[in-house]
Amino acid sequence: MTRFALLAAALCCTPVFGQEDLLDLLGEEETGPVYTNASFKTTRVINGHSLENTAHGVLDFRISHRFGFLSGGVNEFFGLDNADVRLGLDYGVTDRLMVGIGRSGFQKTVDGFAKYKVLRQCDEGCGMPITLAVVASSSVTTARATEVPWYAPGRQDYFTHRLSYSWQMILGRKFSEGFTLQLSPGVVHRNLVEAENDPNDLINVGIGGRVKLTKRLAVNGEYFHVLRDEVPGLRNSLSVGFDIETGGHVFQLHFTNSTGMFERAFITETTGDWADGDVHFGFNISRVFTVHNPKKKRVE
Amino acid sequence: MENIEADNNKVTSVFDASTGAVEFAALIKAFEFEKALMQEHFNENYMESNTHPKANFKGKVSGFSAADAGKAGSYSVDVAGDLTIHGVTKPLTTKATFVVNADGTIKATSDFSVRPEDHGITIPGVVRKNIAEQIKVTVDLTYARM
Repeated sequence: MTRFALLAAALCCTPVFGQEDLLDLLGEEETGPVYTNASFKTTRVINGHSLENTAHGVLDFRISHRFGFLSGGVNEFFGLDNADVRLGLDYGVTDRLMVGIGRSGFQKTVDGFAKYKVLRQCDEGCGMPITLAVVASSSVTTARATEVPWYAPGRQDYFTHRLSYSWQMILGRKFSEGFTLQLSPGVVHRNLVEAENDPNDLINVGIGGRVKLTKRLAVNGEYFHVLRDEVPGLRNSLSVGFDIETGGHVFQLHFTNSTGMFERAFITETTGDWADGDVHFGFNISRVFTVHNPKKKRVE
Repeated sequence: MENIEADNNKVTSVFDASTGAVEFAALIKAFEFEKALMQEHFNENYMESNTHPKANFKGKVSGFSAADAGKAGSYSVDVAGDLTIHGVTKPLTTKATFVVNADGTIKATSDFSVRPEDHGITIPGVVRKNIAEQIKVTVDLTYARM
């Protein structure tokens, strides 16, 4: 009796079909670790970062748009008459590191960030139950000296006053195909604050999650709680929305009380009150382009 | 229109020349695409590889005997069996070419087509035209003696 068997490049694991199986003769083989993918449909939950990164060699063009407050009523066409926009480009430098840059109309802010996946959740081949990522971002207000919020005649326009920073740690887990949850504690540092008793550093904790309704549709929710004494007029950011995925685009349609789309703005400067209808309807569009295809290894 | 193409180099197979029985198994997540997003959609939306991690084929080769395995040369054979993709099994019949090399290894090549709908893969109407009706599968296996 002659039998032949194959060994291809790297072998597959356990044959899963019982009875008299020829493949049982090959026995088990090692595959590399299989990292969990598609925990969220894109790299943002709504305003804040999700635990997903842009893939290696991929460029993500993002348009983030917020209409005006719904409380504007019929005259403002429920907010549709106004708009705040952020245009951004994200790039996956490696499978673990992504960088991005963006510009918002809100205070004419340019922001940039780097996000690194320290730990990656594994489906098999390794025992990591969570994904841990760190995001470091900074923003600079590029509005004219006479148009910055702190302008006063005769006041010196220092560049450093225009800067703020944010650091966040994202801990999350894809519990099942249909459910992912993440926590993101962090700090926002503002070089310049309004009043003497305003803290420059604000510690905050974000929570975000998604429930997948169908293969291409998910509902996302996000909340950022800032640890500070209550400030009249300032609220915590709460957002809820849908992610719709088609071909190369992800459309995120949502309601949020935050006007700005970079960390300092939506975490620490949200003024909208859900109870008063100060909610923006908005959308994010993400379009990915494969710029560079890293050879082999695509079991992410 | 985009070219939808992937390679899988992690396929295992066993062929018993004395009985003609052949089996192969392919890990779905090992299909490598040029575009990461295309690979993600392939796994998440179409093949649902978390639920159905492998595709496999079990069948019989006719026209190739144990004696042929010892003689260098090229043999045209018929292969018939069951192909399971996405958890759905359908019969498959195709032709293959077995080339027996001087060193005793056998290179087996074959082509066949599959319809996604035959294996329970639903493609939404809006994108149906972007994906082929018949998907061409090319198999290239090199067997070494066990």
